[in-house]
Amino acid sequence: MIIIGEKISVIAKKVREAMNARDPKPIQELALAQWKAGAYFIDVNIGPAEENGEDLMKWMVESIQQVVRAPLCLDTTNASALEAGLKAHNNEWGKALINSTSNDPERFGMLELAAKHNAEIIALTVGKGGLPADAEERCGIAAEIMARAAEFGVALEDIYLDPLILQVCTTQDQAMHSIKAIKMFQELNDPPMKTVVGLSNISNGVPKHLRSLLDRVYLTLLMYEGLTAAIANPLDKDLMDVMKTTEVFMNKTLYAHSYLEM
Amino acid sequence: MSFVVPKESFNGKVLALDFGSGDKVLALGGESSLPFLSFEGQIPNRPVIAYEIQDCPPDDWPETVRNVYKEVSGDPVGWAKYCQDTLKAKAIALRLVSTHPDRGDRSAADASKIIKDVLAAINVPLIILGSNHIEKDATVLVAAAEAASGRNCIIGKAQEGNYKTIVAAALAHNHKLIAMSELDINLAKQLNILITQMGFDKEKLITDPMCSALGYGLEYTYSVMERIRLAGLAQNDATMQPPILGDVGMYVWKIKETVASETDVPDWGTLQERGIAWEAMTATAMVLAGTNLMIMRHPRAIETVGKTIDELTA
Repeated sequence: MIIIGEKISVIAKKVREAMNARDPKPIQELALAQWKAGAYFIDVNIGPAEENGEDLMKWMVESIQQVVRAPLCLDTTNASALEAGLKAHNNEWGKALINSTSNDPERFGMLELAAKHNAEIIALTVGKGGLPADAEERCGIAAEIMARAAEFGVALEDIYLDPLILQVCTTQDQAMHSIKAIKMFQELNDPPMKTVVGLSNISNGVPKHLRSLLDRVYLTLLMYEGLTAAIANPLDKDLMDVMKTTEVFMNKTLYAHSYLEM
Repeated sequence: MSFVVPKESFNGKVLALDFGSGDKVLALGGESSLPFLSFEGQIPNRPVIAYEIQDCPPDDWPETVRNVYKEVSGDPVGWAKYCQDTLKAKAIALRLVSTHPDRGDRSAADASKIIKDVLAAINVPLIILGSNHIEKDATVLVAAAEAASGRNCIIGKAQEGNYKTIVAAALAHNHKLIAMSELDINLAKQLNILITQMGFDKEKLITDPMCSALGYGLEYTYSVMERIRLAGLAQNDATMQPPILGDVGMYVWKIKETVASETDVPDWGTLQERGIAWEAMTATAMVLAGTNLMIMRHPRAIETVGKTIDELTA
């Protein structure tokens, strides 16, 4: 299971302040903690970054890869900032991951960047219009994005299809649609398509004490259907323990009494 | 339509280590494919066979193999030199049998002296094995690690009941270490985790999942070894990537097929051939399962397995 560590986000006050002040220390500490906790990618969410976006993303990528030997997930809607990040990215430990494209023409440029810089890319199965109603609609959009990716020269194995997780407290029936979509996405290609979710979306808007529980139970259900990766909080030990335990049950890792410590 | 060989490639890789010193250093492991499937990955090192010797005469070995060494086995130094110089051994495994409480109970200090004498007489790499007595090995192998300091030996076996002191000694004197568990892949993984959690580098570790002879549980050993390899290669499980040891000789040269006389079982053929074939056959199975290092006794069995390895790597 690939965890994309979500903690470095412009939404967090501490991170935002460090970005504005170009103070690498708090960001590097968060990157290192997530990497040690088992994150494969470190997500770098700088938001729309309308001012000095290129400079900011480049600085973020360089600062983080100074302390962790890991690939990064570059998370911004600003294409030129994203490209600056891709140029600065050290691919020694794996390709960068672009977060994200979709079936919205405004996001097609991201596919072009993925092809140009040999990066992987997350494809949200949403279009320009409203949210997808069910798993079938998500698959239809996925197929369109896959065709588009082929036009741009992005290999299908470099794409992570994201069904778009919606919050359980307002759109409860969507939880099962997304799980079904994870299963169906894989059938769109052989070898199966990779899949990803933004896990904590499921628990958006619920009381804080319930969030970790909702996240980890939902993760188990998604993993059972073959989920490849999750954007999640690797510092949530309960969540990581559930993930490791699910991997044992699914025979992805070999059981040993100390399996949680690995 | 032309036939295309199906190929499997793995993310994981067996860890490589070396042991010994000077120009006789031997490398083990490092492969990124299943045994001998060199068209699927890299196999930088061939399996190594070490000749087993003991710190006391091998009174409990059957005649077939005891006779080979009867001129030299009264003295471990002479025995070691005979293996190195006459039999051209690439590595030697010294088993400290007489430190066992039921086999003479010799002290750790006595064992140290023998180790130093043997090391002074040979230049091929040495494996130092205890008597497989949990408590006694904890003191004997600590002394052994110190006595062999600087020679980059393999010492063992560390087991669940005694690993702490042995790991600390191997760490302090910079030796490679055998971690042994009893035919249970989950316990093998657990022991490797516990040992590395003490700060011991997994790249200095060798896994012994416990051997067994053909007809006496070989299929269990084979299966555990195969699953260890697959966990290391296919699941990229770092705790299951150390090289594997097959301690073949001691399990073969005590079963009735290598001991029973021709008078007792005339249908079984020559005792001599039977014993040698049994050790060679058992070792061949181990090699096919993924063993990187074997400890064997009879020179002709060793030669036979060596030829098989030659043919499979040619």
